[in-house]
Amino acid sequence: MGGYGDVQMIDENGLRMDGRKPGDVRPITIETGVVPVADGSCRMIWGTNEVIVAVYGPMEAHPRKIQRQDRAVLDVAYNMAPFSTTDRIRPGFNRRSREISKVTADALESVVLLELYPRSKIRIGIEIVSAEAGTRCVGLTAASVALADAGIPMTDLVVSVASGKINDVVVCDLNKEEDNYGEADLPMGVLPNTGELVFLQMDGDLSPDEFKQAWDYNMDAAMEVHKLMVEALKGGGN
Amino acid sequence: MKGWPVARPDTMSRESSADGPRDSRRDLVVVPGEDLGESEGHEAGHGVLVVDGRLKSTKQGRMNTKGSTVTVEPLHTTYMPRPGDLVIGHIEGCTNNIWFIDIGAPFNSILPMSLGPAKVEFGGTRKVLDIGDSILCRVQEVEETHQSVVTMKGLGLRKIKSGALDDVDPHLLGRLIGKGGKFLKDLKHESECRIVVAENGRLWIDGELEGILKVRNKLKELSHDARQIGGVN
Repeated sequence: MGGYGDVQMIDENGLRMDGRKPGDVRPITIETGVVPVADGSCRMIWGTNEVIVAVYGPMEAHPRKIQRQDRAVLDVAYNMAPFSTTDRIRPGFNRRSREISKVTADALESVVLLELYPRSKIRIGIEIVSAEAGTRCVGLTAASVALADAGIPMTDLVVSVASGKINDVVVCDLNKEEDNYGEADLPMGVLPNTGELVFLQMDGDLSPDEFKQAWDYNMDAAMEVHKLMVEALKGGGN
Repeated sequence: MKGWPVARPDTMSRESSADGPRDSRRDLVVVPGEDLGESEGHEAGHGVLVVDGRLKSTKQGRMNTKGSTVTVEPLHTTYMPRPGDLVIGHIEGCTNNIWFIDIGAPFNSILPMSLGPAKVEFGGTRKVLDIGDSILCRVQEVEETHQSVVTMKGLGLRKIKSGALDDVDPHLLGRLIGKGGKFLKDLKHESECRIVVAENGRLWIDGELEGILKVRNKLKELSHDARQIGGVN
């Protein structure tokens, strides 16, 4: 992410290539119970990203060597479908998907009450059907909705949003071009009810002021997305 | 003329009805992390935690207040075994003297040879119950580590050889059985099937195919209705 100074991604009025203002988030649709055989599931469409998450368990952890005597383990598998991008992705795990699976599991471990299910496993499958940018954020957010749908006890939901820098302007929720040609990317995972941070990565360079701005954008966007997650889980039940 | 407002569907809300204001803590759908109010004077029941003097939901479900206890009735649950529960299990594996049983809980159960359905010789476990078989058994004990032991010594406990198995979420069993067992009785009568409801949410339905299908459709309907809270755009 060295930055491509000649690619103009924001105009003189501060509007981005897709017409959004710097702090705007792409349109989001959330649906629960989309995989009938799973214990809990969620489909999240975030801009042109589409993710399906299915949760199974808690179940007996196999192989036995992964069992923890005092708590459950989260088995997260993030995977991008071969057809999810314009370039075909080779099926199966790769370094990137392993990394994202691990950071997603780490973020979710801080909210799931794992100590209630010692020696068991909760399996979370994150399938990226269509990828634009920020799939790790969409995957993590959708996984927390699917866990809630599965009735897994949690202290809070996790909302993940990324902000970044394009043409020296800090913007929220990068799209594909902004992600590819931008100068920095800051994905964050937030607990909306307490404001705690459970996941943070940074790619590129941001000054302290820019970092603060990106942080604020992420926090504001997280609250917006949280409202939609709650609405989807309640589904007009209130 | 001024008087009490007439209750119409458009003037009725969750907070009030023709009978006056409703208990606002009743029947609300909540999500994990949601604040349920002050903890003072209230006890945290199932699906509720006390954090810094506030009640907090840990599950997605309907909030209920019974006396001073606030609980969340989840929309989806996992079976947790308790001693004495009648359960339907599937044989998942076996050794020379033990069967491993999947009872739908987060942890598998064991069925020792001594508690099996018949006298078994050491090494002959597979001759009596093979992997993939289903059994009607009872939870004998649950250890601190959540490991449980089941038994087949008891009246009516047996290997399931006929009919069909189906399942519903364990928390829906109350709804399936109905007040005084009325719903289940009607279902049995209507389908002309023998139905055994196990505490782990599994059901053994034995009878004619038509009746079995009737019961399964009813179960599907029940699960669907219970989870009817859809999505949002």
